[in-house]
Amino acid sequence: MIELRNITKRFGEVLANDGVNIKVTPGTIHAIVGENGAGKSTAMRIAYGFYTADSGEILVNDRKCEIRTPHDAIAQGIGMVHQHFMLIEPITVAENIVLGAEPGSAFSLDLKQAAIEIRKLSDEFKLAVDPNATIDTLSVGQQQRVELLKALYRRAQLLILDEPTAVLTPQEVEEFFTILRGMREQGKTIVIITHKLSEVLAISDNVTVMRDGRVVGDLKTKETNAAELARLMVGREVLLRVEKPEAKTGAVVLGVQNLSIAGRDKSARVDKMSFEVRAGEIVGVAGVEGNGQTELIEALAGLIPGSHVSGSIAFEGKDITRLDARKRKELGIAHVPEDRHRRGLLLDFSLAENTILGVHYRKPAVTGVGSIMLDQAGIQSRAAQVIRDFDVRPPNPELPVRSLSGGNQQKLIIGREFGLPPKLLLVSQPTRGVDIGAIEFIHRKIVAMRDAGCAVLLVSAELEEVTALSDRLLVIHNGKIVGEVDPKVVTNEEIGLMMTGGHA
Amino acid sequence: MGRTRRNYKHAAPNGALKRMKLLRELLFPLIAVICAFIVGGIVVLLIGDSPFETYRLLIGSAFSWPDGIGYTLFYATPLIFTGLAVAVAFRCGLLNIGAEGQLYIAAFATAWVGIKLGGVIIKNPVTGQIVNSPIAHLPGVILLPLCCLVAVGVGAIWGAIPGLLKAKFGSHEVINTIMLNFIAVALVSYFTQYHYKIPGDAILQSAPISSGAHIARLGKIIPGLPQRIPLNLAFVFAIIACILVYIFLWKTKWGYEIRATGQNPSAAEYGGISIRKQIILAMAISGGLAGMVGINEVLGYRYRYYDGFSDNYGFTGIAVALLGRNHPAGVFVAALLFAVLQRGGVPVDAFTQHVSKDIVQILQALVILFVAAEAMFRGPLKKFGFMRSAKV
Amino acid sequence: MRQIFTISLLFSTIRLATPLVLAALGGLYSERSGVINIALEGLMLAGAFTAASITFYAHSPFVGVSAAMLAGALVAYLIALACIRFKANQVVTGTAINILFLGLPAVLSGALFLSSGSTPQIPKENLLPALYKFMPSFVPHWRILTDVSVMSLLALVIVLVTRYVLYRTPFGLRLRAVGENPEAADAAGVSVNRFRYAGVILSGALAGIGGAYLSIGQSSLFTRNMTAGRGFIALAALIFGKWRPVQTMLACLLFGFADALTIQMQGVAKLPSGEDIPVQFVQMIPYIVTIVVLAGFIGQSRAPRALGIPYEKER
Repeated sequence: MIELRNITKRFGEVLANDGVNIKVTPGTIHAIVGENGAGKSTAMRIAYGFYTADSGEILVNDRKCEIRTPHDAIAQGIGMVHQHFMLIEPITVAENIVLGAEPGSAFSLDLKQAAIEIRKLSDEFKLAVDPNATIDTLSVGQQQRVELLKALYRRAQLLILDEPTAVLTPQEVEEFFTILRGMREQGKTIVIITHKLSEVLAISDNVTVMRDGRVVGDLKTKETNAAELARLMVGREVLLRVEKPEAKTGAVVLGVQNLSIAGRDKSARVDKMSFEVRAGEIVGVAGVEGNGQTELIEALAGLIPGSHVSGSIAFEGKDITRLDARKRKELGIAHVPEDRHRRGLLLDFSLAENTILGVHYRKPAVTGVGSIMLDQAGIQSRAAQVIRDFDVRPPNPELPVRSLSGGNQQKLIIGREFGLPPKLLLVSQPTRGVDIGAIEFIHRKIVAMRDAGCAVLLVSAELEEVTALSDRLLVIHNGKIVGEVDPKVVTNEEIGLMMTGGHA
Repeated sequence: MGRTRRNYKHAAPNGALKRMKLLRELLFPLIAVICAFIVGGIVVLLIGDSPFETYRLLIGSAFSWPDGIGYTLFYATPLIFTGLAVAVAFRCGLLNIGAEGQLYIAAFATAWVGIKLGGVIIKNPVTGQIVNSPIAHLPGVILLPLCCLVAVGVGAIWGAIPGLLKAKFGSHEVINTIMLNFIAVALVSYFTQYHYKIPGDAILQSAPISSGAHIARLGKIIPGLPQRIPLNLAFVFAIIACILVYIFLWKTKWGYEIRATGQNPSAAEYGGISIRKQIILAMAISGGLAGMVGINEVLGYRYRYYDGFSDNYGFTGIAVALLGRNHPAGVFVAALLFAVLQRGGVPVDAFTQHVSKDIVQILQALVILFVAAEAMFRGPLKKFGFMRSAKV
Repeated sequence: MRQIFTISLLFSTIRLATPLVLAALGGLYSERSGVINIALEGLMLAGAFTAASITFYAHSPFVGVSAAMLAGALVAYLIALACIRFKANQVVTGTAINILFLGLPAVLSGALFLSSGSTPQIPKENLLPALYKFMPSFVPHWRILTDVSVMSLLALVIVLVTRYVLYRTPFGLRLRAVGENPEAADAAGVSVNRFRYAGVILSGALAGIGGAYLSIGQSSLFTRNMTAGRGFIALAALIFGKWRPVQTMLACLLFGFADALTIQMQGVAKLPSGEDIPVQFVQMIPYIVTIVVLAGFIGQSRAPRALGIPYEKER
């Protein structure tokens, strides 16, 4: 059906795809697996014309094709459901579906005809979507089915699905897979991008494994197993064995009682969570992304407006629920945010200026009467310290942070936050998009903080990372803590089951 | 985007790095000005005059002593203030299109203090009837600083309104500042017309302010500069404002907070900075700077409020800030450039056959357009390998 | 009071609202596609000057209006080029265009007509006619036919056409999609930039016609800065009308009514103290209304989500 040959794509200095070859057989479900940043989405976005490859070629039905825009891809019978839905909220399902392929003439948009056709498709594939509803009234699962309809309406023969299950509940996932199997029976070809091995094994016929922008495995699903796939995918088992001494836990530093956090739409993103973190221990939070981790950490750091938060947060026995981010930082709560570009850095500011973000108003960053003036010498010495202790390269405090690599940017943030010095460390996705050398370095630093008596709360989408680093592991699902396990004895399967709402 | 593998080519020492950055900062404005002059020259040519002669008149007249230089610096004064105003807001990620309204309302308020607290009695010259009587008669040493403070303060309040609206309701500052411009103009025109005009005066202007509130013309200080040239102490204030804005933005914690908010509000919030506070603060400072135009206009030039005095200073301020890369030093230079053009408009009107002084506005607009669309130069420059060496 | 609320007030309202409706609808096309149009003022001036100049030479108001439309579209094309192709800041670009058309007509009129900023008077028979011109001779000369310009009817037609185009044609659907969520539109195979160009150019054409009505409809020549803020009032009406065609027209009529009222009140209505009612306060109404609406006090006016954001994607 579709074949990518020798596709290479660079973003700036990042090599996202490096000579990628993928061949998808018609009438099959083909899984592409890999970790975050392995280049799966990039390859498929190239197939859909969202990006243009720097080199390489695309074949559709064994013929070479120029796919420069999504428009070209649609003409070739390719449809794509993106990880972030491409839907326009204030308009109806029907309008969304026909957009770009409208029925009727240029002078008249025949939405009635469209609605009939959509209903027919919806029945055929058992999608149960109302064409006249507006998008913002639909659940996430329904929105995803609208995305499927969009592709089907355009008579797509090949459907590319980017992490389709990331936003679904386990029940919804089951339903969704049934729909996909139905589509395969109707002759459609499906490519599913995922990093969940259980899903690969459950649904696919063939599987391509990617790592670091390259294809590292091409297998028949029947002939492989989770262990083999995991080994191919990760390829760094050795690295993740973190050497750490037995934890010497002290007093409770963070106490969370009945914490609930409402999202923008007022639904509970975190639902009555209670737990505590003691000095000298690392408590890990495992869970499928989007199950409340982001909100939990941001609320603990004081970044979510009080009106959205209920329950209580205590730090060293004192209630801090109503304190703002600055006050919490002053108490010694450091925060390594999950998205360093959005939250953690001022990209066009210099490295030195970034080392004082959050402490820019107190010594040693300021000097003089009323602590108004920035103290250049103080800032420089702090920058020099972070650069030295955390091996930030290149070691030039005047460089804009934008020009650093992801790993060095992350080391800068960690250096800044660890230098507070903190009593409580909130760490979210500490090694996302970071090179292997830096991962090891960052892990060692986190363990060192714990050994120095700091309480650490660690969130990571990498299961191996949380199990390797944590002393205790909380598993969350749907904004709730569904269990606490000992990372030394638990198996990935057990955690996986809990993460998806099953019980251990 | 995946694991990054890169080799570092940032081995350049700091000095060279800074020089390259400076070069890049200067390059685009320079190209934009040149392009604007080329397009403007084509317009002049089409109209039937010589572009070279026109430009000679336009630029040449600014450098004579004392009139050329005196007037050019006088014209530059309000542009420095409005340019700084736009630049400070821009550093916080805000577009202040409202400097025009801020400077009007501030200028009027300044005149109001100069009249009401300066002991000025507004009488009907025919009947002798008192139309408006003063509240107090303050001595100059108090009145003058008070007038200056009011110029800044009222400008700041008018500027803070759209900041507050954005912080509180999230409504867009661009639309609100535009709307507030019109409201300011209508308000001051109402007060001037109905309460502070000398009855029978054909011109829409207030009564003169108390002489105690006049600030010195620089002619008093600088030998050879006649006092008829209205260049006054406000120009010195403008230079001081440039320095203070620089220190504020880059050397104080408050400036850091404003710049951090402008660069990445989410990260600023993460750094314990209240974005709402910064938005209001930046807009207030911006308005205060725009308000200082009132010092030049009312206290240093006309000694009264004159309705419609602003020659689009607020909007030209956008051009000044943009061309000056939102840096006080750049603003100063850009304001001088625009002042040169403004000064040159007069001889262009008088000595060319067809072209009028309005060519100045065309050039201003073209400069803004070319600076705003600087991306168009990026492609060609890259081709000549310029950008690579200048990239930091 | 009876002296104020006359039938003339109604016609005066329609007359004053007409250029606002045309410009505001122009703004609607641009903003619905996701491009802020602060330049309506400048585009109207471009149209007004072009219409007056061309009509002066061609002796036909219809040639004049067509030329104004083209001029507006051409200037808008430049805006689109800067904002879409070169990702220039939309507000800054709009401001530049506004300044440009304070200067350009003045320079051109100086060269063409040896005047400082205005065009020569255009004879009455060459101005845009009232509606009765198009009626068969047996129709009586009702005031609605003699007092209302053909342009007012055109504006009404364009409002209805716009409503149809926006909600009932593929073009409208795509335009709205591009302004709401360009990435989604792109993924659906719609060329974001093409529709943004179309939106901006259409806005120029309509604002140009609106300007033409000012110079060769309401008056008989172009004068310096004759729009006097109408472009911004049109923008205000667009916001007040929640970026919807019919509501926007109603907002324009409201603002036109406020304007008509100030004219009608001059010398007629007095405050109890015997003073004239200051016109300035009535003039402020549209601006204050806009601020209040934007703050969310009178219903929620939600802008197209991608308004003002250039569409960039990594390629």
